[in-house]
Amino acid sequence: MIAGLKLHGGVVVAILLLLAFAPFIIDWIDKPFYLDLVTRMVILAIAAASLNLILGYGGMISFGHAAYLGIGAYSIGIPAYYGEYDGLYQLAITIIACGSFSLLTGYVCLRTKGVYFIMITLAFAQMMFFALVSIEEYGADDGLVIDLRSELPFGFSLENSVSMYYLCFFILLFFLFIIHRLVNSRFGMVIRGSAVNDSRMQSLGFPTFRYRLLCFVIAGVMCGVAGWLLGNFTNFISPEMMDWTRSGELIFMVVLGGAGSLFGPVLGTAAFVLIEEVLSGFTIYWQLYFGLFLVAVVLFVRGGLDGLLSKFSRSDK
Amino acid sequence: MALLEVNNLHKSFGGISATCDVSIRVEKGELHAIIGPNGAGKTTLISQLTGDLESDSGTVYLDGKNITRLPMHKRARLGMARSFQITSVIDNMSVIENVMLSVQAQSGHSFRFWQPVSAQQELTETSHEILVNVGLQSRSLHRTTELSHGERRQLEVAMALAMRPKLLLLDEPMAGMGSDESIKMIDFISSIKGGTGILLIEHDMDAVFKLADRISVLVEGNIIASGSPEQIRDDKQVRRAYLGDE
Amino acid sequence: MDGALVVVQLLNGIQLGVLLFLVAAGLTLVFGIMDFVNLAHGALYMIGAFICASLTLALDSFLIAIALALPATFIVGYLIERVFICHLYHRDHLDQVLATFGLILVFDTLVHMLWGPAGISYPLPNWMNGQVNLFGFVDFPLYRLLIIFSGITVAIGLYFVIVRTKTGMLIRAGASNRTMISALGVNINQLFRYVFATGAMLAGFAGMIIAPITEASIGMGSDVLLIAFVVIIIGGIGSIRGALIASLIVGLIDTMGRSFLDDLMKLVVSNQAAETSAPALSAMLVYILMAAILFFRPQGLFPPKTR
Repeated sequence: MIAGLKLHGGVVVAILLLLAFAPFIIDWIDKPFYLDLVTRMVILAIAAASLNLILGYGGMISFGHAAYLGIGAYSIGIPAYYGEYDGLYQLAITIIACGSFSLLTGYVCLRTKGVYFIMITLAFAQMMFFALVSIEEYGADDGLVIDLRSELPFGFSLENSVSMYYLCFFILLFFLFIIHRLVNSRFGMVIRGSAVNDSRMQSLGFPTFRYRLLCFVIAGVMCGVAGWLLGNFTNFISPEMMDWTRSGELIFMVVLGGAGSLFGPVLGTAAFVLIEEVLSGFTIYWQLYFGLFLVAVVLFVRGGLDGLLSKFSRSDK
Repeated sequence: MALLEVNNLHKSFGGISATCDVSIRVEKGELHAIIGPNGAGKTTLISQLTGDLESDSGTVYLDGKNITRLPMHKRARLGMARSFQITSVIDNMSVIENVMLSVQAQSGHSFRFWQPVSAQQELTETSHEILVNVGLQSRSLHRTTELSHGERRQLEVAMALAMRPKLLLLDEPMAGMGSDESIKMIDFISSIKGGTGILLIEHDMDAVFKLADRISVLVEGNIIASGSPEQIRDDKQVRRAYLGDE
Repeated sequence: MDGALVVVQLLNGIQLGVLLFLVAAGLTLVFGIMDFVNLAHGALYMIGAFICASLTLALDSFLIAIALALPATFIVGYLIERVFICHLYHRDHLDQVLATFGLILVFDTLVHMLWGPAGISYPLPNWMNGQVNLFGFVDFPLYRLLIIFSGITVAIGLYFVIVRTKTGMLIRAGASNRTMISALGVNINQLFRYVFATGAMLAGFAGMIIAPITEASIGMGSDVLLIAFVVIIIGGIGSIRGALIASLIVGLIDTMGRSFLDDLMKLVVSNQAAETSAPALSAMLVYILMAAILFFRPQGLFPPKTR
């Protein structure tokens, strides 16, 4: 059992080490393209980890989480369009925009339950999507090209792809640490409790709505930061970033990795990005196989990769 | 002043009255049992008391405070705890975490984000004591789903107790229990009796007559009799309506 | 704003509403009876359109094509239920959402493989083209009027089945209380299979009749699906009546908003402000409506009676 746990923990440590040294490894094997792949993976892992906070721990199945990726990205894109490249200023806009969007929509969404919640989060994200599609000033469908990445203090430059990568990686680690502390605190107990039995929590005396709302806002802001990174990374923003299929993919990353497990979303995102990359190299019809894979994961893999790993390591003794 | 004072409480569903003009009182330290045949409106009454269901008319006072329109969590904060007829615990947590939640609920707000609960002795120690009291300490780290039915019922009551309630609403705590488990539960309830007011709903007549200081009989949403166990035993109307069919 | 334009847009709104109703009806019943979230419902709208396109082009007759495509989508729906959906009833909503999300990818790609990446347009019979003069001052396309009529016919038929027949009674009972109908000794799986297939056929029908205007294209299903979700949320999940009323409300608000919001806003704000913000606002209108309704009625306008 203890050895098994080490094996499981070992996988996590191995992945984190790989990520930590990714730029050096990629430099060594001389395939610079892979750095882009890994950077994208890390950014999506941040988004997935933030979704995991509400979906995995809080039981709030948000089908509109990609909206925050988009809002975060537009929070660089729109200032950049007006010639404002100050990174901290853009980050502040991201946090305020995502915070208020999640607060407003969360206030309505969290009054509903079950399917209604899934659909209404989806609908709000669509609302954002269509709003941006119809604003000609900011490129509508075509989006905006961002000429320069955010300027950060202390001369830290994001134009260098290795520093860009490490910024993403450290934000991922930082957020995972925050989530870890959150879910084990008193606040986290309330969130996890109301995920499975909200009415019991209320009868114990918890006004669960306000805790769930705050959790929803925290996740939204975290995902917004991922969007801030994504916009910087791609140098391009478009409503496509908050398309509802993006939200579906984020949910899949969380479930694939293991909802309600701290590192699950990282595993899930890594698997997702790699499978997508490999499949799309084989055939233009890769989405067919990807869709079937997704259905198979739902039908046959309970608890995601993280669950598989711990099952495997437990039977391994 | 009674601990719980219910005046003319009424609730109907689509024209059918589930509870009708119900008035009951529970004194401090008293165990007041409500009996009645199936469908008499007992669970509706409990739900109205806890705020799960909104009442059509009538008032509920807890310790002199009008709580008729308060939401569930506020009533809980004021000292009203309940156990559910169908066991309702937090199933993705361990036994002790369930109890810790109850303790936590009574100790201020939970906007505390950083310190792990497992390191907070005020939660862990109190919870451990309560588990020792109900005899579940050996199961403390198990998941609730691993417990037997009887143990889940015990946990349910432990969670209600951990709230240090002024008033405890027990909705058929013995439901589905084996006779051994029932006896343990009866002993347990009599051990906590006196410290807190209890409103007990139960089908098991032996248990009710053993435990109750006062009994009210609810039939078709109406209280048809209320009094000491002896009075209820001798009440002709009650015998006819309820006990007579035995 | 001139009167003729308003009437035309009103009719367009009703036409959109009718179409939404055809899609939403199956969705809301499947939700209501089996508590099943089916994101892949829009795929059947798309599949209906593509099957009808091929048949129309092959047989050179739109009406025969529809007559054949209806049973075809019914069978497709039935098969999808047997192969995938029936394994998912007892799963939680998250699993259902994910699996049917996967199915969308599968169907979109299959359509891509079978019919190619480009959309297919197909012609209407000559007699369906052309305009009709209404009320003496409005010209309106005959075909759009036909869509409205066929949609209303289906709605009346559906209403008749649901309110007047024994099957309908079971469906209604199932939508509001699932345990009751299995307690009645009805084979709920069987019943559901046909409801699912019928819902699939209705969605397919909607796809078939709209495609001559828009062309059959990959992704058309997802677009309509999302608005259909808004419809059933507003209407109350499981309620056919709610779906009908909400479809018409959504169809009208969306169409009217897109055509007249900027004119209306010009009455209040400056021309330039109206022109820049009206498109975005009208795109959001339906969602704002939904948020407002849910804020006051978290279960929609016609919530199913529970327990």
